[in-house]
Amino acid sequence: MSARSYELYVEGIGFWASRLPGWDVAREVFRGGAKPPAAVATRPSPSILPPAERRRAPDTVAVALEVASRACESAGRDPKLLPSVFACTHGDLHISDAICETLAKTPTLVSPTRFHNSVHNAAAGYWTIATGCMKPYTAVSAHAYTFGQGLLESASQVLCEETPVLYVAYDIEARGPVSTMQPSRGVLAGALVLSQEKRERSLVRLVLEVRSDSSARQSIARASNAALVEGNALMNALPLFEALAAGVERDVVQMLAPGLALRMRVVPVAVATEVRAELRQRTQ
Amino acid sequence: MRAVPLAVTAFTASCAAGNGRAALLEALRSRRSGLAANDFTGTPLPTFIGRVAGLEARPLPAALAHWECRNNRLAWQGLQADGFLDAVEAARERYGASRVALVMGTSTSSIGATEEGYARLGPDGQYPEELRRPPVHTVNSLGAFVQEALGFSGTCVTTATACSSSAKVFAQAERLIRLGLADAAVVGGVDTLCNSVLFGFNSLELVSPEPCRPFDPRRRGISLGEAAGFALLEREGRGPWMLGYGESSDAHHMSSPHPEGLGARLAVVQALERAGVAAADIDYINLHGTASQKNDEVEARIVADLFPARTHASSTKGWMGHTLGAAGIVEAVITLLALESGLMPGTLNSTELDAACGPQIRLENGEGSVRYALSNSFGFGGSNCVLLFGKARLQ
Repeated sequence: MSARSYELYVEGIGFWASRLPGWDVAREVFRGGAKPPAAVATRPSPSILPPAERRRAPDTVAVALEVASRACESAGRDPKLLPSVFACTHGDLHISDAICETLAKTPTLVSPTRFHNSVHNAAAGYWTIATGCMKPYTAVSAHAYTFGQGLLESASQVLCEETPVLYVAYDIEARGPVSTMQPSRGVLAGALVLSQEKRERSLVRLVLEVRSDSSARQSIARASNAALVEGNALMNALPLFEALAAGVERDVVQMLAPGLALRMRVVPVAVATEVRAELRQRTQ
Repeated sequence: MRAVPLAVTAFTASCAAGNGRAALLEALRSRRSGLAANDFTGTPLPTFIGRVAGLEARPLPAALAHWECRNNRLAWQGLQADGFLDAVEAARERYGASRVALVMGTSTSSIGATEEGYARLGPDGQYPEELRRPPVHTVNSLGAFVQEALGFSGTCVTTATACSSSAKVFAQAERLIRLGLADAAVVGGVDTLCNSVLFGFNSLELVSPEPCRPFDPRRRGISLGEAAGFALLEREGRGPWMLGYGESSDAHHMSSPHPEGLGARLAVVQALERAGVAAADIDYINLHGTASQKNDEVEARIVADLFPARTHASSTKGWMGHTLGAAGIVEAVITLLALESGLMPGTLNSTELDAACGPQIRLENGEGSVRYALSNSFGFGGSNCVLLFGKARLQ
């Protein structure tokens, strides 16, 4: 069966990983023009949260809000106006570990703050509170297919509702006994602002196709890049961010389920600087 | 943006008030609550719960045993009710296994199995051998289990937005079908009792020491419950129809609703607009009505402001408790049953109505012709979803 194809644009990108703290750093490393910083960053400090909340925020919330706000900034979009999709494989594993440990010993002492931060939609909730956004959000998970499923839900909202959408994906390091069954190392998060229309800020065009194909395989990141996020539950997100950094046309396969592939053609929107300046003049 | 009307060609729910539609409808009609004193937690917690009886004695079939845990057991029990598996098999044959989307909602999925791993940790820091099954310990345990149980090979995802989870799955599925990414969808949700939610809600001082009394001025909090529910959505077919939905965020607080219910109002209005149905035409509303102080006060005001006096609105949480991530689907099923049977449930356990309630909110059951009905789901983290169902497709 021939699959229908869908087009959308990436307007803004946010990225943060323990070995690649920020999109500017990551993009240069992915392009092969820079070495990753030697030091491992612990976690970002999202300026969108007031200082006290920034310190108290669980790691999932800190990293998700950091990449979400960077993506909106680079797209030049007001976060208030964007519906959002949050994808995370395992949720906040530090909180799961702490709550399960308390439940095993003294269940009546579960912390109320930890409990309300334990919901899978905690980062999405904090994001909408911090930005005053009343547009809908969702929070999804699909084990090894989490990144692709979140992207599919984001694309379907963009195309159905004809609205730009913020897509945020993140996973953190597992700690304690949960790490034996929900292994995840380091922090990895990415965010995209996706829209249906090409604008001045559009960075790349994505041409998407969903195909049932038992021979399809998930795209793999270049070994030197993969090593920088090795073991993170969201590792499958890396090839798309590599392609976004490349500056040339690339194909990426994001598996959605066993035998179901989201094929993406990543096409840079080649608007030369002088053309862009002229466009700006004309619209003024 | 209008929604594509979708026929709900099969639907089912299982909870403490009854397993399957007939039992649930009978419990609603006879006003028999499934709530009972908490006998679930090892450490005593004086509250009432909606526990599904006998799950402990009903293991998964051998072929699915690797998915064993309380949540997947309840999912399996729910799938077997009301001939739902047969309806799904027919749909799978009609459309192909890769063309039926699966969108499941849950709040805690199988965290109960992880809790058990911690309670029984070996000296080596490992879970006991029989619990060492990674796919069971992650949020998508529910989606992946149901996908395998149904023999699907299409898109499959688990949505976890707390108490709005299994309402939002209807919206997500509608978009996949509207775009042509799927021809039909199985949606639903499952949540089971576990220590995380019982002691978690207890820590927030939201758990009632008596069976919950939604909209009663003397309400003392929520009763927690567990449930599984599923629906099959198709572009054509017989059944009641999903005509619209509204989704919004409160942007206010993680565990407390917006004081004026701004987000919830947006969701109600969007559902009406998307369906092209006027508030005056809504015959029945299944409210979120958790019996928490704040939710009920805020929700009562929204209903009083937006709907005519003739609209019959109620909370059914007194029958099975608040089933969290499964509340959306269970209450969608009750709403669909109201469209089919004309039974509009009242509100159980409550004896008076809060001063904030308008004439819409009823304690007693009602009967009548139900053409259009809403189901409200408002979750932690300020996630709101309202579904609009109709007896017939709109022309």
